[in-house]
Amino acid sequence: MNIYLQALKRDLRIAIRNPSSILNPLLFFIISVSLFPLAISSEATILSPIGSGIIWVTSMLSMLLSLNALFHHDFENGVLEQMVISHHSLPLLILSKITAHWILTGIPIILLSPLFGLFLFLDNNGVYVLMITLLLSTPSLSLIGAIGASLIVGIKNSGMLLSLLILPLYIPILIFASSAVSQAQFGLGITGQLYFLATILIVSLMTAPFISGIALKISLE
Amino acid sequence: MLKVDNLSCQKGYNLLFSNLSFKVNSGDILRITGTNGSGKTSLLKILAGLDAQEQGNVFLDNHEVKSEAYQQEIFYLGHLSALSEELSTLENLEFLTELNKPTKQIQLIKALSSIGLKGYENEYCDKLSAGQKRRVILAGLFISNAKIWLLDEPFTALDADGVTIIESRITKHCKQGGLCLFTTHQNSDLINQKVLAL
Repeated sequence: MNIYLQALKRDLRIAIRNPSSILNPLLFFIISVSLFPLAISSEATILSPIGSGIIWVTSMLSMLLSLNALFHHDFENGVLEQMVISHHSLPLLILSKITAHWILTGIPIILLSPLFGLFLFLDNNGVYVLMITLLLSTPSLSLIGAIGASLIVGIKNSGMLLSLLILPLYIPILIFASSAVSQAQFGLGITGQLYFLATILIVSLMTAPFISGIALKISLE
Repeated sequence: MLKVDNLSCQKGYNLLFSNLSFKVNSGDILRITGTNGSGKTSLLKILAGLDAQEQGNVFLDNHEVKSEAYQQEIFYLGHLSALSEELSTLENLEFLTELNKPTKQIQLIKALSSIGLKGYENEYCDKLSAGQKRRVILAGLFISNAKIWLLDEPFTALDADGVTIIESRITKHCKQGGLCLFTTHQNSDLINQKVLAL
């Protein structure tokens, strides 16, 4: 089997055998979204305009929560060393790991989002656009997050540092994604926002694995 | 031939070694000795392309360290186990060997058997002892066709039987034209070994 597919399969297998790594960020997402109606109001008129923002912020935070472990275990046990000295492409091996991260954290959020969209009184069009923005942008969150995770891989207790490094880079995604959902609810055009999110995805897909590779090599030295 | 020329390595303010030059020919076994912190692991990491040297060059038959041709000829075993506890011995070994070359499952099972882990193929690594974990990663030696073996403390946690298996595997590899550099604090009975003291 292709080594890159094997790396993907390996990460998925490890996560399935250690389900807390998948369930914890997902539970964080579910609980956080559920807290907003309790704290603010359960009125549709209040929740509907801010629903997309709530889902987007919590999605971002729950994906961030799981990023710390992206390279950490492989760094600790020496698998990362073996990946770096392998003659295979390190960026592609990293891309396999990022893909596994997205499958394990991004896809469950995308699948749950319609339910929570309805829970926060988004209309059908809003829910549909919310899913599209999540589908377009959660891979970008994993890709950009991988850069931060690779920079802090050798630093102990670095969870807060990762947030400080990565959250500012997530801001453009947050602005364009939540504005797309809000505008869709008012029946306005969202093409510009979707193009922008797609551009971020393409740019991060083309650069993040390479930057992560360089950062990991530096961390291992 | 592995040629190390004027190699220097510094960690922080600590100069580990400087102007280190040596050659290792095909068939040679080089045992690297030295006190703790003398730079044995750092030297192996530089030779594996994991660490950057302060100055100097490393070549294998005119291929520079970190070049694809050089890296294809490397089998590196570090201090760490390189095993994921959630995976079985076979799954771990499969991934680690695939990083070097595609390997059939029958070869992996045979390698595990050669290292004394017959019947442990589907055992999760968190259930293994330290010595058994070491044996799993060392099973890679029975599959690897890399020319240079860089082994950092390969005998750590192994019993006498395990040490004998590994020593005979190293001897066979070097008789077939390979070369092996290893660090150890233990005495080794390997025949024809050269010693580099750091």
